[in-house]
Formats: sequence, C-alpha cells, structure tokens
Amino acid sequence: MTITIPGFHLYSIGPELILTLTAIVILLLDALSPRGRKAHFPQLSLLGLAAAAVMTVLMWGIRGTDFARMIYVDNFTFFFYLIFILGTALTVMISRQYLEDYGKNLGEYYALLLFATVGMMLMAASAHLIMLFLGLEVMSIAVYVLAGLFREDPRSNEASLKYLILGSFSSAFLLFGMAFLYGAAGGTLYLDQLPKALMGHTFMRPLTLLAMALLLVGFGFKVASVPFHMWIPDVYEGAPTSVTAFMAVGVKAATFAAFARVFFLAFLAMKLDWTMLLWVLAVATMTVGNVTAIVQTNIKRMLAYSSIAHAGYLLVALVAANQLGAVSLLYYLLAYTLMNLGAFGVVILVGRKKDSYLNIYDYSGLGFQHPALAASMALFMFALAGIPPTAGFVGKFYIFSAAVQAGYIWLAIIGVMNSLVSVYYYLRITVLMYMKPAEADLGPVTFSPGPTAVLAATAGAVLLIGIFPGSLYNLAVNAVKIFPGL
Amino acid sequence: MHLPILSILIFLPLLGVGLLLLLDRKNHQVLKGATLGISLLELVFSLPLWFRFDNGTAAMQFVERHNWIPSYGVSYYLGVDGFSLLLILLTTFLTPLCVLATWTDIQTHVKEFMICLLALISGMIGVFASLDLFLFYVFWEVMLIPMYLLIGVWGNPARRVYAAIKFFLFTMFGSVLMLVAILVLYFHCGKTTGVYTFDLLKMYGLAIPFHLQYWMFLAFGLAFAIKVPMFPFHTWLPDAHTEAPTVGSVILAAVLLKMGTYGFLRFNMPLFPQAAHYFVPLFSILALIGIVYGALVSMMQKDLKRLIAFSSVSHLGFVMLGLFTFTVSGLQGGIIQMINHGISTGALFLIVGMIYERRHTRMIAEFGGLATPMPIFATIFMIVTLSSIAVPGTNGFVGEFLILLGAFRSNILYGTIAATGVIFSACYMLWMFQRVVWGEVTNVKNRELADLSWREIAIFLPLLLFIVWIGVYPNTFLNKTKATTNNFVAMMEKAQAVQVTQSQLCKGEAL
Repeated sequence: MTITIPGFHLYSIGPELILTLTAIVILLLDALSPRGRKAHFPQLSLLGLAAAAVMTVLMWGIRGTDFARMIYVDNFTFFFYLIFILGTALTVMISRQYLEDYGKNLGEYYALLLFATVGMMLMAASAHLIMLFLGLEVMSIAVYVLAGLFREDPRSNEASLKYLILGSFSSAFLLFGMAFLYGAAGGTLYLDQLPKALMGHTFMRPLTLLAMALLLVGFGFKVASVPFHMWIPDVYEGAPTSVTAFMAVGVKAATFAAFARVFFLAFLAMKLDWTMLLWVLAVATMTVGNVTAIVQTNIKRMLAYSSIAHAGYLLVALVAANQLGAVSLLYYLLAYTLMNLGAFGVVILVGRKKDSYLNIYDYSGLGFQHPALAASMALFMFALAGIPPTAGFVGKFYIFSAAVQAGYIWLAIIGVMNSLVSVYYYLRITVLMYMKPAEADLGPVTFSPGPTAVLAATAGAVLLIGIFPGSLYNLAVNAVKIFPGL
Repeated sequence: MHLPILSILIFLPLLGVGLLLLLDRKNHQVLKGATLGISLLELVFSLPLWFRFDNGTAAMQFVERHNWIPSYGVSYYLGVDGFSLLLILLTTFLTPLCVLATWTDIQTHVKEFMICLLALISGMIGVFASLDLFLFYVFWEVMLIPMYLLIGVWGNPARRVYAAIKFFLFTMFGSVLMLVAILVLYFHCGKTTGVYTFDLLKMYGLAIPFHLQYWMFLAFGLAFAIKVPMFPFHTWLPDAHTEAPTVGSVILAAVLLKMGTYGFLRFNMPLFPQAAHYFVPLFSILALIGIVYGALVSMMQKDLKRLIAFSSVSHLGFVMLGLFTFTVSGLQGGIIQMINHGISTGALFLIVGMIYERRHTRMIAEFGGLATPMPIFATIFMIVTLSSIAVPGTNGFVGEFLILLGAFRSNILYGTIAATGVIFSACYMLWMFQRVVWGEVTNVKNRELADLSWREIAIFLPLLLFIVWIGVYPNTFLNKTKATTNNFVAMMEKAQAVQVTQSQLCKGEAL
C-alpha cells in the first residue's frame, strides 16, 4: 500500500509559520535565559508579527487552495490575517508594563498570544470543517491559559475555568454539528463541496438543519451572541486586561471569519432558514448587550457588554447575507479592533498598578487632568457609539446599509435604536471625564511607551479610516469576491 | 480666481482648533483673542458669498465637488442657494459676537471652550452647505459633540449633565431614524435609476412611490422636528437653553434650531413633495399648537432663560407654519423669520447672560427697575423686545407679517389662530420687560449694577443694525431668497398635481 502525500507549498501558510517559529524561539529563549533577566519578548513578538504582516501583504491577490484543499489562500483570508496581526501587535504593545506590575512579563505569555493568533489564522483560512475545528482549538486553548495568567488571583482563575468549561461545551456543539453535517452531506466536510452535497439529499434536510443549528450555537458561544453570552462578563472582568482586549477583538474576529465563510459558502442556498434565526439572535444580542451595559459600573464589564452588543451589530451584517454585508463585516471588525484596543489601552493606563482603578467613577475629572488621555478615550467612546467622523460610524453605516439593501428595514431600525441606547453608556464615560470633579486624587498616570503609542496609533487610525474609508472599502470588496453567491 | 469659499469656511475653524491647541492654556486673553481673530477672518471670508451671490438663479452656487467614497456614491459636494446663504451668513456673523460675549463669562477651561466653539462653527456651516446626504449626516452628527460639551462642561452646575445628555439623546433619536431613511432612499434611487449616489440634487424629482414617501417623510421629519423643536418634541429645549452657558444658548437658538427648519426646506419637502402636501394639516396644526402653547407657557415662566426658550418654541412654530403654506410669501417670511429669530433671540440670550453675570440669578422676581441703574442696557433690551414681539419697523414684523399673509392665503383658520400668537407674544414679552426693567428698584442688590461696558455695547450694535435694517428694508434680504423660493414653490405645485389615492395610502399603512 502506498501513501501519497499531496503536494503543498509552505508559503501558503507562511504567516502562520513565521508566527509559530517566533513563538517557539520565544519559548526557547525564555527557557535558556537566566531567571529574572529581562528578555526582549515584546520586541521579538512584534518583529515576528511584522514579518507575518509583510508576508501577508506580499501574498495579496493569490487565490487558491492548498494542503489538499484544507486551507484557502485568498484575499478574504489575508484581510483577516491583517486584522489578527494588528490586534495581536496592539495587544503586545499594551501588555508589557501591565504585566511587569504583576511580575508576569513572561515568555509564555507572548508565545501563547502568537499561538492563539496562528489558530485564528487557520480558522479564517479553513476550507474544511475539521481544519476549522483545529484552528478553533489552537486558538481557544491558548486563550484559556492566557485568561488564567494571574494564577494567584481568584478572579483570573474563575475566568479561566469558566471560559474553559463553556468553551469546551461550545466546541462540543460545533463538533456535533459537523458530525451531523458529515452524515447529511454524504461524507464530505469540504466547504466548497457542501452546497452541492446538501442539495443532492433533500430527505436529509432535517438533519442538515439540525447540523446548521448546532454550528450556530457553537459559533454563537465564541462571538458572544445572546443567549450564549453568559460567560462573557465574568471572563472579561477576571482575565488580565490585556488578555480581555485580545479576546474581545481577536477571538471575535476569528469566529466571525469562520462564521461568514461557512454560512456564506456552504449554507447560502438555505439562506432563508438561517437568516430568520440570526435575525432573532442579532436583535437579542444587540438589545441585551446594550441595555445591560447601562447598569455596569466596572469599566471592563461595561466593555464586555458593549462587546456583546457589537457582536449583535456584526450579526446584522451576516443576516443581510449580501456582498455589502460581507464588506461591512470586514470593515467593522477592523474598525472594532482599533477602537476597542484603544479603549482597553486607556483602561490599562488608568487602571495603573494592579488594576487599582477599574471603576468607571475613577474616570471622574480625568478630562482636565490628562487632556490627551481623556480626549482619546472620548474618541474611542464616540467611535464605539458610532458617531461620525470615526471608523465606528462608517462601520455601522455599512452594516445598516447592507441590512436595508437586503430589505431588512426593521432590523436596521432596531439596530440604530440600539446604537442610540449605547450612546447613553458611552457618553457616561465622557460625562465623568469632563463634567464631574475628580472624586479622589488619583495620582499621576505613568505614560509607558507601549500603551501611549497604541493610543496615538489607534486614535489616529480610527479618525483616518473614519474620514477616508474609501480605499479600505475597495480592499474589502476585493476580499469578499470569493463568495460567488453574494 | 475661484476660491473654494465654502471649504474655507468649514475648515478655517478647524485650523483655528489646531492653532489653539498650540497656545498656552493659562493665557486666557490670548486664547480669546485668537478665537476672535479666527471668527472675524471667517466673517470676512463669508462676505464674498453675499456679494458674489447671483440673485437671479435658483441653481446652487459656489459649488464644490470632489469624490469622497466613489465606490459608494459619496462625494464632498457643497453649494449654497437662497435658503442656505442667509443661514451661513447668520452663523459667521454671530460667531465673533459670541466670542466677544465669552470675554468675562467663561473663566474656566477657556482653551477647551474655544476649541468646542470653533468645532461647532465648522459643523454648522457644513450642515448648511452640504448637498450630499452622507456629508450632511456626518456634519449633522459631528456638531452634536461640541454642543453637548458646551452644555455639559460650562453649563449651570446643578442640572447641566442632565440637560446635555437629554439634548444629545433627543437629537440622536431623530437622526438615527433619518439615517435609515437616507439608506432606504439611497437604495431606492439606485434601484430605479441605476446610479447609486448620495447626491441630493439628483434625488430631487425622483419618482418615489407614495407609501415610501410617507414613511421617509416621517423619519426625516422627526429628526428635523426634534431639532426645530416642534411641539411635542420640544421638551429638550428649555432644559438645554436654561442650563447652557450664554454663548451656548445663543448658538443653540440662533443657528442650531434653524437646522431643523432648514432641513425641512432642503430635504423633507423637495425629496418627498407628495407626502409634504399630505402632511400639511398635521404639521400646520403642530406648528399652531407650538405657537400658542409656547407663548402661554412663556407667560408663566419665572426664569428669564426658560421664558426665552419657550418663546423660541412659539417663534419657530411661526416659521414652520410659513414653510408649510408652500406660498412664496409664507416661505420667504419663514426664511426671514429664521434670521430674525436668530438675531433677536440671540440678543435676548446675550442680555440675560449679561445681567446673570452681574447678579448670578435669572429669576424675574429678583429684578425690577433696572432702567434706573442701567439705562443703556434698558434701551437695548427694549429694542430687542420690540423686535421679538414683531412691532412694525423691526425685523420681527416683516417675518411674521409675511408668514401670516401666506397662512391666510392657504387656510384662513390657520392664519387666525397664528395671529393670536402675535398677541400672546406681546403679552409675555412686555410683561416680562415691565417686571424686569420698569418701575422702582425693588431689590437693593440691583441698585448699584454697572451699565453695559463698551465691549458689551459693541456686541449689540451690529444686532441692532440688522433689527432695523430688516425691519425697514427687508428687500435686501428677500431678493436673495426670491429666485430659490419661486423655484421651490413651482416644484411643490407641480408635485401637488399628482393625486394620492386612498389605495396608495393604504399600501403605505400596510408596509
């Protein structure tokens, strides 16, 4: 018996390889370097990420599959690679000082971040459901560990444990769905073969629907859609702030990449069935997220609920299931990465030594004590609320355009009403910063270089792509051309 | 040589913001002086608009057009016609006066205040100049932030945060629904004509089925009606006005409210003409309720600022009534009344601000006999009051007269009810004036009040000039709006010819 190994090109997974190698080098250096000596892990990670980004940019325009059709190599994938790389790079930059305060500036932290990024990339690239599952697990396991990084802190432990249990639970749903789908499709899990395979067996339709529903549950857990959102606030609050930021943007973006790929490629013919379901989920997610965020007093919890609400907006883009919807998904995820990481950068700077100031009332009077810091926080809040001229506005504009174009006018109305609700709690931060006197003397904020650079970069970018969204829009249009049916 | 005047007007204040950021925050005089300089420069740059404006055409002038998001049909498209010309000039004219008015009023966070003020100016001019729906929406929303900060940071400590949030949420509520309507319009336009564009002028005259017009008119109308504000969406106004700092109230009353009425003229009526005709009774009646209700409530106010705020509801009711007559006189009256309201209510808020600076109270009962210690103040106050109650010879008379003329022509009942508003306005204004200015000095604290300084008189002189000018020779201003108004009325008449049947309406209901 001969086993033929199908041909493959290593450059197809070039960015993944670069990041994996960087992570391994970091782990080795960490093990070899004497204890207590400061190694340059953040710089090394940034270097790896930059190399991966360059590689991705060079690959832009290639279109095909590789590794026995297990992964896609196309612009959609590359667009997401860039989002993940950006998110991870910004996370690395805000982490250093924060972790040093806790004495946790460890090599494995950076290695795990990079491994998680590799997992995300594989999810975005996957052309086969098993590949998707592998990517998901690579990402998730790394993030489970990251959430529990502060192992002396019970809240961090709780976050990690909760995330692990519920995450595994959702993975099980996903696997279960894949198994049903395998049966329904008559033995294939290739995304491009699924539509045809599912069409052929009309009597398998109930099974297909069940499989689809299970996949939906699995994805729903990871993107934090209601009613699968219960873990989010506790995990976001308990996990180290930098990890929370990473989870809020990276994990969400990766899951949406896979979500869009699976539903737009494999299930497009059954659009009517799942858009109805997603419609309900989107409305519930937006509403629950926004309304619950209003009563939060911990900034991390508030941002957690806000991230639930944003998952709801992104679901609207999926419901629209048209080209504009896919474009808006890409644009919004990029914008969300920038504005959310910016906001978390401020949280880390204001939180200071060991997260002492996480209550929203700690922001009182910040506006005139630290004008630049407060102005950037205000910018991120307005961006998250979707007020022009920020990237957040353009993102929402695209999403609701897509909904209107697809005929979901009511969904658009509910969406904009939700962003109205969200204005209230985002504004509250600006109210505290500018219109309330400081409650207590907070002492000086140390502007360590990493987070400061992140704030400057994200604030600039949020404005830039908010005022000139044209070229990014074209890029995203280019990226979603891979979905023929949209 | 063609200078892009409108772009200069929009971006000059933003350049000013950049300049202010570089200045020392402790040196208040320099900050205020720089802002004054920028606002004067802005005024100078806006003058060519007036002199080079061609009265004979209804077409857009000073047009600037650049692609912005070409793949989405969004362009940076500016232009003015008779409607927007006067409002832009009103804005640039009032700005230096506002800066002067802050000279002693604002003492905390001066730098931030001036930055907000300049950003606000830029946003307001953008709203009046944009001819692209997307661009318009961006300016419309952007402008909220500085105004929100002006109220919330420099407002009256007791309730400023409440007023600021209320202002923001009310306006936002209307505008997000307008956003959905803009999108529906965009896709409808794209589907029927094949061109996906946010170009407003291309959407004029688009055949839109009535049921769509119906809903989009309501969505746009809600956004603008909140801004105007029309009864029953006016409740944010008294709070915002009362809590805002003087200059905030002036700009809010003089310019921001006009965005609502301007929005009806520029967007609602020409885009959805059949629906506009259909909704004449509803909006006219709401305007009438506003006129009478605003006046009656004004009468009972104890706080000067609240009184003026409610009088705005009444005055803007007149404007709305005039616009919804679709007659030349009604529309011209409406437009001139927007300017009048800007001038006289702006002046009234400045007056209240000045006595507040002296006495730190705005309660009518605290005053009395101010004519004795402050004769110049009393004189100016009286002229402004007369202008506000539309005495012949002042600007208010021209506006209200034309509006009433239009109203009587289109519906005698509307005209009659509106005319009572004129009487009511005389009641509350004169009564207030009597209690504040005439009589004996009842409160010892008022006995030693200083009269207006030269700076304060200088603020009022230009305002008084225009009060008289518009009152005596309004044609200077009416000529500017004539061509545009005639064209507008013709357009609305053409649209009226299209009959709306009951079945179309039912389809609208079932949408």
